[in-house]
Amino acid sequence: MRDFAAFVVAMVVLGAIPLLTSSNVVLNFLVVTLLIALVGQGWNLLGGYGGQYSFGHAAFFGTGAYVTAVLQVRYGVNAWLGFAIGIAAGAGVGAVTGALSFRSGLKGSYFALITLAFAEVLRIIANVAPITGAGVGTLIPLDLHPQAFQFQNRAPFYWIMLILVGLSLIIVWMIENSRFGAYLVAVRENEDSAKALGVNATNIKLGAMILSAAITAAGGCFYAQYFLFIDAGIAYGPWISIEALLAPIVGGVGTVFGPLLGALVIKTIAETTKLITSDAPGLDLAIYGAILVLVMAFAPRGIVGILFEIDRRLRTRATEEPASLERGHG
Amino acid sequence: MLSPLLLFPVVLNGLMAGAVYALVALGLTLIYGVLHIINFAHGALLTTAMFAAFFAYSILGLDPYIAALLLTPAFFLSGYALQRFVIGPAGRGEDRNILLVTLGLAVLIENVLLYAFRADTRTLNLPYAFDVVPIGPAFVAVPRVIAFCTTMVVALVLWLIMRWTDTGKAIRAVAKEKLGAQLSGIDVAHIYAVTFGLGTACLAIAACLLIPTYYVNPSAGNAFILIAFTVVVLGGMGSIPGALIGGLFVGVVESFSGLYLGESLGQVGIFAIFILVLLLRPNGLFGERG
Repeated sequence: MRDFAAFVVAMVVLGAIPLLTSSNVVLNFLVVTLLIALVGQGWNLLGGYGGQYSFGHAAFFGTGAYVTAVLQVRYGVNAWLGFAIGIAAGAGVGAVTGALSFRSGLKGSYFALITLAFAEVLRIIANVAPITGAGVGTLIPLDLHPQAFQFQNRAPFYWIMLILVGLSLIIVWMIENSRFGAYLVAVRENEDSAKALGVNATNIKLGAMILSAAITAAGGCFYAQYFLFIDAGIAYGPWISIEALLAPIVGGVGTVFGPLLGALVIKTIAETTKLITSDAPGLDLAIYGAILVLVMAFAPRGIVGILFEIDRRLRTRATEEPASLERGHG
Repeated sequence: MLSPLLLFPVVLNGLMAGAVYALVALGLTLIYGVLHIINFAHGALLTTAMFAAFFAYSILGLDPYIAALLLTPAFFLSGYALQRFVIGPAGRGEDRNILLVTLGLAVLIENVLLYAFRADTRTLNLPYAFDVVPIGPAFVAVPRVIAFCTTMVVALVLWLIMRWTDTGKAIRAVAKEKLGAQLSGIDVAHIYAVTFGLGTACLAIAACLLIPTYYVNPSAGNAFILIAFTVVVLGGMGSIPGALIGGLFVGVVESFSGLYLGESLGQVGIFAIFILVLLLRPNGLFGERG
C-alpha cells in the first residue's frame, strides 16, 4: 500500500514538471535521468532480484537502438512499429545469451564475464557491419511528426519516457509480489536450496533475463528516437552497461524504487561535475567508479537501505521516548 | 602455401607475443585461484603500470628493463594495499560485492588516467626497439625475445614460491580451504593481500616488457585484458601452467588469424574462442573442477 502511494505521488509530481517549466535543459536532464532509471530497472530485475550480475547490459540496449534505427532508415518501417520490434529483438538477444549462459551453468564472475564478452562482440560487429553504418553510425532523418515518433518539443518525449518508467515500476512491483518473484529471490539467496525445493532455477533465471533485456532494450529504442543518432560506441559501449548497474546499486539493489532514486542521484552528480569542470573527458566516469566503490564500502543496500535504517531508528526512538517520559514523571 | 619456412616465423612470433599474454594472465589467475573472484581492475592496473614505465623513461631516463626492478616491488605494495584497505573491506567477503568493487576501481582508474593524460597515444623511441636476432630461418625483435625469456623466469619463480616457501604454502592453503587455513593460524586477509600484490607485480613486469614495442594510452591495458580473460578461462582459472600454456596458445592463434583475417575480425576470433570455451569448458583445460 505504501509502495502504491509512493508510486502515485512520484508519477504525479514527475508528470507535472513539463507544465511548470519548458526549459530544454531541465527536461533534457530529466529525460536522460528517466532513461537511465528504465535501463537500470531492467538490470535490477535480473541483478537485484535474481542475483545475476550482468556487466554487459549494453548488448540489449544497443540491439534495441540499432533495430529501431536500422528498420526505419533502411527498410522504411514506421518508427512506433520499429520501437516494438526493437524491444522484441532485445528480448531475443536476452533469450539466446541467457539460454547459452544458464544452460552452461555460468554464474557469479563467469556470468559477469560472458555478458561483458557478448556486448563487446556485438560492439565490434556493429563497428564493421555495413547494415549498421559501420564506423560512421546510423542517423535517423529528421521528421517532426508524432507518427514518426518525433516531436516539436521535449515534453511529449518526457511523458512517453515517464510512462515507460511507470510501466517498468509496475512490472517489477508485480513480479516482486508474484510466485515467479519469490522463486527468483530464492534462486538469488541460495540456488542449490531453491533447486532442492523444486524450483527450476535455469528457467526462472532465463525468464528474468528475457524480461530484463526487454526493459533495457526499450531504453535503447527510446535513445535512438530521442537523439536520432547512434554508433557502435554509444549503443554497445561499456558506458551504458555501467550506468545500468550503477543506478540500482546506488538507489538500492533489489528494490522497486532503487533504480529511479539511483538514476536521480548519479545524474545530478554527473551534471554538477560537468558544470564545475566544464566537461573534462573522463571525469564523470571516474566519479561513477568512485561512487560504486564508496557505495559498496559504506552503503551496500543503497539509498533505500539508508532510508530503511533511518525509518527503523525513528520508530525505535518513538517507542522508547514515551517510556522514558513515564519514568521521569514517576 | 603452408610451407614450414612460412609457418615457422608465424608460430615463433605468436609464441613471443603470447608470452606477455601469459604474464598478464598469470596475475589474473593467481588472484582468481585464491580469492575466487575475477579482478576486473586488472586491465586498468596494467595501463597504470604502462604509464609508470613510460614516464620512468621519458622523465627519469630509466630504461624499461631497469625500471622493472623498481616498479615490480612498488606495484606489489600497491596491490597489497589495494586489497587490504579497499577491496577487502569494501567487499565484505561477499563475491558479488567484490566483483562490483573491482569493476568500480577499473572505471575509476581508467578515467582518472584519461582525465590526467587525455586520450593521446604515447610511444617510446628506444634505440634497440627495432633490433632483430635470427632464430633459425626467422628474425625476431629483440624486445620480444627478452619478454619471452623473462616470462619463463617469472613463471618459474612464481611456481617455486608457491611450491617451496611458507607464504606459498599459506596461499595454497587459503585457496583450498579458507576456514581451515584460518583455524591453523594463517592470517587470511594478509594472504589475500599478498596474492593480490603478486598478481599486480606481474602486471608491472608485463608493462615494462611491453612498453619498448607497444604504445600506451588510457585504454591500452584493455586490449590485453580481454585476451588475458580468454587465456585464463582456456587454461583453467587458478592454474599457473594453464595460464602459461594458454597464453602461448592464444599468441599463436592470434598470429595465424592476423595472417589470414583482418585486424578487427581477428579480435572477434579471440572472443569467439573465449565464449565457446566459457560455454563448453568453463573449468578450462587444466582447471580443477569447481
